[in-house]
Amino acid sequence: MADLPELGIGIDVGGTNTDAVMLDAQGRVIAKAKRPTTPEVTEGLRAALDAVLAELGDAQHRVTRVMLGTTHATNAILERRNLGRVAVLRLGAPATTSVPPLSGWPDDLRKAVSAGETIVAGGHYVDGREIRPPDLGAIRRFLDGVDADAVAVTSVFSPAGGEHERLVEELVRAEYGLPVSLSHEIGSLGLLERENATVLNAALYGVAAHVTGALVAALAERDLRARPYLAQNDGTLMTLEHAARLPVSTIGSGPANSLRGAAYLSGVTDAIVVDVGGTSTDLGVLAGGFPRESAAAVEIGGVLTNFRMPDILAIALGGGTVVREQGIGPDSVGYRIVREALVFGGSTATMTDAAVAAGRTPPGEPGWRARLGDMSEGIADMLERAVAVADEMVIDAVDRMALGKSDRPLVAVGGGAFVLPERVPGAGPVIRPQHAEVANAVGAAIALASGRVDTILPAGDSRSEAIEKAKEEAAARAVAAGADPSAVEIVDLLEVPLSYLSEPAVRVHVKAAGPLAR
Amino acid sequence: MSDIPALARGCAVLGTGGGGDVRTGSLAAARAIREYGEVPLVRLADLADDALIMPLSGIGAPTVSHEMIHSEDEPKRIAEEVERLFGRPPSAVMSSEIGGSNGVAPVAWAAQLGLPLLDADGMGRAFPEVQMVSMYVAGLPADLVIMTDVAGNVVTIRPVDGLWSERLARAVCVAAGSSALMADYVLPAARARGAVIEGTVTRALEIGRATEGASPTGAQAAGRSPADPLGALRDRLGAARLITGKLTDVERRTMGGFVRGTATIEGTGHDRGRTLTLELQNENLVAVENGRVLAMVPDLITVVDTETAGAIQTEGLRYGQRVTVLAWPCDPLWRTSKGLETAGPRAFGYELDYVPVEELTAHG
Repeated sequence: MADLPELGIGIDVGGTNTDAVMLDAQGRVIAKAKRPTTPEVTEGLRAALDAVLAELGDAQHRVTRVMLGTTHATNAILERRNLGRVAVLRLGAPATTSVPPLSGWPDDLRKAVSAGETIVAGGHYVDGREIRPPDLGAIRRFLDGVDADAVAVTSVFSPAGGEHERLVEELVRAEYGLPVSLSHEIGSLGLLERENATVLNAALYGVAAHVTGALVAALAERDLRARPYLAQNDGTLMTLEHAARLPVSTIGSGPANSLRGAAYLSGVTDAIVVDVGGTSTDLGVLAGGFPRESAAAVEIGGVLTNFRMPDILAIALGGGTVVREQGIGPDSVGYRIVREALVFGGSTATMTDAAVAAGRTPPGEPGWRARLGDMSEGIADMLERAVAVADEMVIDAVDRMALGKSDRPLVAVGGGAFVLPERVPGAGPVIRPQHAEVANAVGAAIALASGRVDTILPAGDSRSEAIEKAKEEAAARAVAAGADPSAVEIVDLLEVPLSYLSEPAVRVHVKAAGPLAR
Repeated sequence: MSDIPALARGCAVLGTGGGGDVRTGSLAAARAIREYGEVPLVRLADLADDALIMPLSGIGAPTVSHEMIHSEDEPKRIAEEVERLFGRPPSAVMSSEIGGSNGVAPVAWAAQLGLPLLDADGMGRAFPEVQMVSMYVAGLPADLVIMTDVAGNVVTIRPVDGLWSERLARAVCVAAGSSALMADYVLPAARARGAVIEGTVTRALEIGRATEGASPTGAQAAGRSPADPLGALRDRLGAARLITGKLTDVERRTMGGFVRGTATIEGTGHDRGRTLTLELQNENLVAVENGRVLAMVPDLITVVDTETAGAIQTEGLRYGQRVTVLAWPCDPLWRTSKGLETAGPRAFGYELDYVPVEELTAHG
């Protein structure tokens, strides 16, 4: 066979299903598959991968990229499983001693993660002066006394100047041979939330190695010479090396992939995206083709963190949501829907049944209505009420996400998208793109690589020069994540003036993104 | 004094939208109690006439104090300076401002010093400026300010009046890295009578307990929360409900160095068809419906989540939130002519004559 254009595979491991798609060089979906997510996540991943590869025959060598979005890291934190032990080091003394590291953590998570905590001299003032030089002697004494798999370093005002954290990284690498997680690469201003995210990141190094190992092994077993990537929480990709360093960035990649996939499949870059799954529905907003980010701190496993996550509103409504006399949900039959729902001959009334009874059927399944057969009046009434309640939930959630702008189109994606009504007040037309049921895997397959910088810069004469430097740094980080250096663009630039400081200053957020280098 | 979560919820309500986030102060307080033991709460009447009361507050830019958290040594240095100046150590710590973070953090400061916390404060709520305290209104001279910072510097200022104390304290704060701990109006108990607002720590605790266990995730079904947290909160505060509805607009603009804003709430349910606008600075200052003022500073106006009755700070206001706006009377001290001159509507730039909230809402 002649060498045909390259192919890419996107895989998204969700709570209920693992989806995979194969895209050709023109970005067309040429194969798709949905498999149940397995407890030991990698099995579902392999099954979905095999299903799309089966369509290729012996042309596997044409697959050049595999992009994986996974819930491994999130689950590890929620279940307190496979987490590494972290030496938690803060540079800030004599400042910050009134609230030591890991204050407010749930006891079980703290026990699972902490190898020891300390606050040593170091860090900066808001205006860039050193609070103290880093106390390297105290750092060595601390590390000599702990048994850790990794080190998390947080220095006061490091988002505006990370040199103290980098100094510690060099010392730990050279003298202790441990991986180091640096807070200025992970979160923004707000010491405790950034420190929390940094510690979680360091605790996830083992999990990241397991996932990337499983992915690489799965590709090798199938003799695929494709380059593997992981999806991250802003809807962009990173190389495995990058993911190994910043595993916490994979948290939130699922909703981000749905949003990016919805934009790609519908061709709409500004929209409300409603992703209906088996147990829940995620709503997000697309702005310029990327997920709108959350302004508030995000709680993960009972810990408050401040790294940027997509702004997602989740409601307890899905295709498998159980319908009762008194109302709907919040429980769901989940993956058991194929046995338990009425349309599948089961005995549990679900949202899928309610939607079908109302004449809303999945694309290509018009026969489902007949499968419900004759229902008693009581059941029919109950299903009708369920649809009305579900529609109200969606309308209310859309309104909250739309922030009063009612003209944005609504893109309906996910396996349960057929549950949604034809019109949603508060939004523009409802768009149901082809392949919507695997939008998240498509989002993984088409993702760009990105880099970001979040820092404080002077607002005076040197401002524009400083912002140029921040842009260059963001672009360099995008290239480090796998982007093609010749095609990186600044996709987001945000300036917020700060008050009550000795010198006028602005808080600057820059994001760069670009297609993957070949 | 060990129920920090309840105190924090109460201080958030009394923050009237401002006063800073209570989270960091709560963590510091919980930690200090574990380390140094519980903090006794004392009434003014329990103190000897010459017992020194040390009012403390953190000042500076919230962005900075959220990043460069206070050093544990700061309260000790201020207490030592008080002892040097007065010839005797302080007998109790007092919160200068019960609203927001400065209402919770004094528990940590008192624990670190092994001192009791006075059941009183200087505002009964939150205000943005140094002179907006009851001690100033009562005519006590602002002739001593003691400040310290994370580095260990101690600055004692002998200002000639309240305006100078604000100006000089700001300058020191900026030099210290835009965050400092401050004691002003250090005073013997005998002079505190009538010059501080008594019972406010207890009040904050009771407010917090009224809404205990209320959460948006269905804790109510689990029987851990009051059936009606909002009603419980209103009863506790003696508050008028100005509106229940949906937040439909938040506009922020920078004016004269302050962030000013307007929040618009459209009524739902019984209030359908009504629209309330809130004028904000750091705090909620004036509530207006159709050009008619329903409540104004120094009376307290707080926006709470309709379901959980948890207070929402001005910077946390977002489109789509289901909220109820409550308003209730301030301490009588703020309704004196000096009180209104200090913290009435005109002190915040509003051309309004003060009318008490209970009169404005009585014929509504």
